[in-house]
Amino acid sequence: MTPSHPTAAPGPGAAPVKAGGRTRRRRPARAWLGALPLLVFAGLCFGLPAGALLYGAITRTDPVAGTTEFTGEHLQRSLQGPYLTSLTGSVELSALTAAIATVFGVLIAQAVVTSRRGALRGAVLTASGVLANFGGIPLAFAFVATLGISGVVTQLGHLDALGWNLYSFTGLTVIYLYFLIPLMVIVVVPALDGLRPQWREAARNTGATTWQFWRHVGLPVLAPSLLGGFVLLFGSAFAAHATAAALVGGSVPLVTLKIADALSGNVLVGQENVALALSLDMIVIAGLVMAVYLPLQRRSSRWLH
Amino acid sequence: MAALTTAAPEALAPVKARRTRPRYWRGAVLAIAGLYFVTPLLSSFVFTVHVPNQGLTFEAYSGILSADGFTESLFLSLSLAAATIALALLLVVPALVAVRLGPPRLRAVVEVVCMLPLVVPPIALVTGIATVLRWGPDHFSRTPLYQTFLAVQNESFPVVLVLAYTVLALPFVHRSLDAGLRAVDVPTLVEAARNCGASRLQVIVGVILPNLRSSLAGASFLTLALVLGEYTVASLLGFRPFAVWIVTVSGAEARMSVAVSLLSLLITWALLLVLSRAGTGSATTAVPAAAPTPVPGKE
Repeated sequence: MTPSHPTAAPGPGAAPVKAGGRTRRRRPARAWLGALPLLVFAGLCFGLPAGALLYGAITRTDPVAGTTEFTGEHLQRSLQGPYLTSLTGSVELSALTAAIATVFGVLIAQAVVTSRRGALRGAVLTASGVLANFGGIPLAFAFVATLGISGVVTQLGHLDALGWNLYSFTGLTVIYLYFLIPLMVIVVVPALDGLRPQWREAARNTGATTWQFWRHVGLPVLAPSLLGGFVLLFGSAFAAHATAAALVGGSVPLVTLKIADALSGNVLVGQENVALALSLDMIVIAGLVMAVYLPLQRRSSRWLH
Repeated sequence: MAALTTAAPEALAPVKARRTRPRYWRGAVLAIAGLYFVTPLLSSFVFTVHVPNQGLTFEAYSGILSADGFTESLFLSLSLAAATIALALLLVVPALVAVRLGPPRLRAVVEVVCMLPLVVPPIALVTGIATVLRWGPDHFSRTPLYQTFLAVQNESFPVVLVLAYTVLALPFVHRSLDAGLRAVDVPTLVEAARNCGASRLQVIVGVILPNLRSSLAGASFLTLALVLGEYTVASLLGFRPFAVWIVTVSGAEARMSVAVSLLSLLITWALLLVLSRAGTGSATTAVPAAAPTPVPGKE
């Protein structure tokens, strides 16, 4: 798919300029119409909630007078006390799981890429595609049955006596890796494929050790892909809610759980706006993630293909 | 990276040693990974069929169909999925065709619009939606618009969930269809069909869509998997589709909730496997299409 991308992509863009200048000039008004339903839908169902979120996060309505004024109060409160703890908790969990998953994902991907058996590669890639899409409630319950209080592995290994607790930061880490590692494998296999054997041979022939090869050739070439993958995993773990909700309730401070609490009215009245402000914090962080990921993605694909 | 450091000294060793060495770390890595990924599935199964002090029983599975609320919630999820797939395809297909016929700037606009939901996690989207829904009783209770607010939140078929899921599915659907359309020379096909006297609708239904069969299947499967597993939006808006039902039933029937999780997992996997085999017979189109997108759907 990737090789066809650069060759095919200029087609629609370049060809009409030369050949179809006339057609393009005749049709833009109608062409817009085809995209109109999508744009209207996005404006209504995505733009409106996003706008409401932003507006609610930065305004305060006086319940008595009914007046509305702009304020930074909610945002400020969302960055204090328990809310700040939940934000840092989420960031810590996401960074830790993303880092571990990056390392293991790369090791598995490298094992698959260097393997000479095509069947193994196909099986691992298909399994990764499937596992990376696995999350939410079923994942939580599968782990409850495995490592929960009366889970099979917990009982067999008497893990509870060793102080094991699935409903904790460590437990969540173990669970999140279940969908993050396969995601990393999918992301990084094309990059590892792009490392040409010739580079390695060239390095060896000029007397480089394996370590030197990785230090000066392999890792620098892979760096954008690895960082891009890490950032993607971070974003994925950061936005995760259902698994944690089904599992830990409120015992691990995570921003998604705090928002859900505030929304379902489990906190003091008047906290809805803090939920909106927290959501805004999340969007800012997710936006940063994407802002880092997309250029890296483009850059690594330029290097490796 | 441990493998690299252990591999370093062997660079000086003879060629023969190099061939055998990597096999150990490869085998070890794959064995550990296999253990980690298979154990939860196996123990889930054991958990559901083995009751301590009672031995083997399949009650957890046989009781599912008669369980309170199971059929309703599954039916709700499936109909939501069907509606979401229909709406998403109806919106994205014409837009992507238009992008290829219209001004180049339209392409960037459509792409940004479809990718924006990646930046907004589902939980943030649902806070926004909840805020908008609260405007109904607050501001519009005496206007005809209020009826719309009520209709959208109808218990038996919450349209608001279809709308939210369509937003969440846009990046998947866009990516899958865009990849499919890349292999199709849309302007030429459209021009040829128009010259033969086909109407605009005929062009899309008779010429473009058959060329997109595998990406349409891919987009539909991914959307189906997303809707069947979705919990965050539905639970926070107070509806009870499949994933929410699993959580409600887990309190009283732990075994059954695990059994249903396992089954829903296997069904989703079967769907995704079909997807990766579907169409032009290449796992290469399906896997990358599915790959970077799980970000928003992931919960």
